[in-house]
Amino acid sequence: MTIPNLVGAGLIVIGAGIGLGQIGGKAMEGIARNPEATSKIQTNMIIIAALLEGLAFAAIFLGK
Amino acid sequence: MIETTHMNLRKSGRNKLLGLISLFVFCSAFASGTAPKSDGDSEGHGAVTSESEISEYILHHIKDAHDFHLFSYNDAEGHRKHIGFPLPVIVYTSKGIKTFMSSEFHHDDSGHHVVEKDGVALVKYHEKIYELAQGAHGVEFDEAHHPTNAHAVLDLSITKSVFGMLFVFTLLIFWFRRLALQYRKNSIPKGFSRILEPLVIYVRDEIAKPNIGEKQYRKFIGFLMTVFFFIWTSNLLGLMPFGFNITGQIAVTFSLALFTYIITHFSAKKDYWKHIFWMPGVPIPMKIILAPIELLGTLTKPFALMVRLFANISAGHIVVMSIIAIGITLRNTMGVIGASALSFALSLFITTIELLVAFLQAYIFTMLSALFIGMAVEEHEHH
Repeated sequence: MTIPNLVGAGLIVIGAGIGLGQIGGKAMEGIARNPEATSKIQTNMIIIAALLEGLAFAAIFLGK
Repeated sequence: MIETTHMNLRKSGRNKLLGLISLFVFCSAFASGTAPKSDGDSEGHGAVTSESEISEYILHHIKDAHDFHLFSYNDAEGHRKHIGFPLPVIVYTSKGIKTFMSSEFHHDDSGHHVVEKDGVALVKYHEKIYELAQGAHGVEFDEAHHPTNAHAVLDLSITKSVFGMLFVFTLLIFWFRRLALQYRKNSIPKGFSRILEPLVIYVRDEIAKPNIGEKQYRKFIGFLMTVFFFIWTSNLLGLMPFGFNITGQIAVTFSLALFTYIITHFSAKKDYWKHIFWMPGVPIPMKIILAPIELLGTLTKPFALMVRLFANISAGHIVVMSIIAIGITLRNTMGVIGASALSFALSLFITTIELLVAFLQAYIFTMLSALFIGMAVEEHEHH
């Protein structure tokens, strides 16, 4: 677990965190504006979250 | 009237509570079912008791194996006993196909036990089978970790993951044949098919029809259903005790992504190819520059599919096993009972999340495949 490895992993987590936070925040705003569309917004949020997690995991595996 | 509604409300509340409790017990069965493995061993050594053995133990559990090792225990004299069964090894060597049971390797993973088959000497090193050059007695590696006196053979054996896939096939065929046959008698299925029917309808109505379109979804619905249920069942099997790690092997996810790639490009319409090679609406030099870039772009999407599924599932397995190993790593700071309790609680939580991830990754793979197929077969109305 060398220092560059750890720094890289940290950066990946920061990227994933920012991305997921953005999605989650916008999803929350959308639900607050229009509570009836909650399930649609939730579905799309989960889909985009999974895509982002895929990127983050791919980066971790490429790093190792 | 109020009495009956009161009774109904109590009944539904009680059922919900029962459902929640049984879900909890179910998930804890998963978590504690995997917990005894942390007292298991890594092929011939004793139980894992120190931290340095943990990473090797975890990696050994992620990797494929040529025999099905169920569990190990210490018998009355303190010897280590292994319970499991060997699986057939089928290799294509320089002298043709050789088939034998992996018990002939006698659990040797260090490349020293030589199995002679009609003049071909085979050894197994870290679950890879090598064919030795003449007269050698063990595999030797140089600094770049290439074998110097052996070469790898084409390994077509029934390994643990292949066995798992065959098991999944049997399960799926059994379930869905039963579901399909039940529709001959009446339109409402009974038993386990009741769980499958809404999922099948969901895949058809929410994944296939919106993405591919009403006219053409029927051609691809077989592939999408198979992919969805195969990935979901394989992910779930990876979480169970005595399970298999199927979708955590990159070869498996590579094959699934390859199927998606082949299906999209064999059913792609002229518009799709035109957009790749001869993008309409841009000047000619740009068209020539864009063609190879677009061609590479068609490869990145299945590649992402492959990596996403593989990384999610294998990372999940590694996290679950690392948390179980907390019982060993934090033994000194928290005491045995504290560390075990923490590892049990955390692994319960993480396994619940892994159950969600199992379904989610199957859904995402299927939905993105449907999306790519839809993009390839849609017919534009042109300007």
